[in-house]
Amino acid sequence: MRESFKKHIKGLNEDIVAMSEMVAAATIQSVKALEERDVKKAERIAKDDLLINEKRWKIEEECINLIALQQPVASDLREIIAALNVITELERMGDYAEGIAKIVVMLGDEPLIRPLIFMPKMAEKATDMLKRSMQAFISRDAKAATAICNEDDDIDKLYDEAYHDLLMRMIKDPEVISKATPLIWATHNLERIADRVTNICERTVFLATGTMPQVNVSRY
Amino acid sequence: MEFAPKIETVGLNLHYGDFHALQDVNIKIPAQNITAMIGPSGCGKSTLLRCFNRMNDLIEHTRVEGGIIIDEHDILKPEADLISIRRKVGMVFQRPNVFDLSIYNNLRFGLRIHRMLNKRDEVMEAIEHGLEHVGLWQELKDKLKKSALTLTLEQQQRLCIARVLILKPEIILLDEPCSALDPVSTLKIEDLLRVLKHEYTLVIVTHNMQQAARVSDYTGFMYLGKLIEFGNTKQVFTNPMEKLTENYISGRFG
Repeated sequence: MRESFKKHIKGLNEDIVAMSEMVAAATIQSVKALEERDVKKAERIAKDDLLINEKRWKIEEECINLIALQQPVASDLREIIAALNVITELERMGDYAEGIAKIVVMLGDEPLIRPLIFMPKMAEKATDMLKRSMQAFISRDAKAATAICNEDDDIDKLYDEAYHDLLMRMIKDPEVISKATPLIWATHNLERIADRVTNICERTVFLATGTMPQVNVSRY
Repeated sequence: MEFAPKIETVGLNLHYGDFHALQDVNIKIPAQNITAMIGPSGCGKSTLLRCFNRMNDLIEHTRVEGGIIIDEHDILKPEADLISIRRKVGMVFQRPNVFDLSIYNNLRFGLRIHRMLNKRDEVMEAIEHGLEHVGLWQELKDKLKKSALTLTLEQQQRLCIARVLILKPEIILLDEPCSALDPVSTLKIEDLLRVLKHEYTLVIVTHNMQQAARVSDYTGFMYLGKLIEFGNTKQVFTNPMEKLTENYISGRFG
């Protein structure tokens, strides 16, 4: 029954996954650009954020069409509202990646105060969480979604360590403050990306169970 | 909208006696799509639909002016062949109008009238194909001798559609085809229409705006005998050009 509606929802989910892949690539690449001091790559990432935004509007339009044309109710309606929320999260995550790319552009060829230690790990972990959160979202897997939320503690721990390390360097040598601060911003962006993954997971739990849990609240 | 129309009306006016039911209607209906006509009761949507196979000829004191062009032929011209028009342009009505005959004979009826297919195995093949098309073959293949009146309303409506399909029409007009059906049967018939549109041009009149939104590719909104707006269904239902359309589809009047 309602074959065409099911087909639309499937297409919608595929678009959302494609958008999440764009965000994950931007996140990984922005940290790589920082590591490699590749301003050109960073400029390209910042520009490509427009594509992520476009994708978001396209999906939002599809959601509006589905609501106007298919009159979904109950879980069908929750599904579309969840989709609208998820793309908002993804779009903001894209902005955080763009933010890191802009920091790379701002730093120019100024040498880093130290090679990156925590950020590549954080980017890897956060995008892995994102990828799995999308699988949980598509398969309405509340258990997997809850477990992913708990992994946010690992990201918070890495953020704490990075922050502490940079803070110590600044205390020791106030000269490095201007170089260390942008690294704190970039690290903070990664921490926020993971937080938004947990928001997607909360949506998934809501979709699967109809209740909105306050799963693991991030410390930041 | 760029498409070669299957049906096109040019300055179409229709009077029932003194009542001016259709006022200068110009519409282009695309081939192999579903076009829905919506509007409040008495707006002329059913009258327009009935023009497409000249069913209005049956109503006394009807006067039609203008042109109705189907595949480049004006069906209002005196030389137009009414029988072939009605074969080419099939119609499905509000209430399933099966005859008090067996399922088999219901389907054979049109073939006989139009003197199509005489050989038994050809008839059987056409019937199987027709029922297959509307998703009834598996359910009914062993019950073809049963009276069509024993079927559920949804099955009867499917049978009526099959009866039209058997005559190999190109256009199918549907006048409120789901208004006698429950919501689940309605959604099933809508799924069927979506399948049929790949081979046929469908025009559906419905007072159920949600149905028009769900099922159609193009939507025409009529009001007081005039075609107010015609466009892509997505656009009509999310961002109509006319205020009147918006007021109607959002339930502010009608």
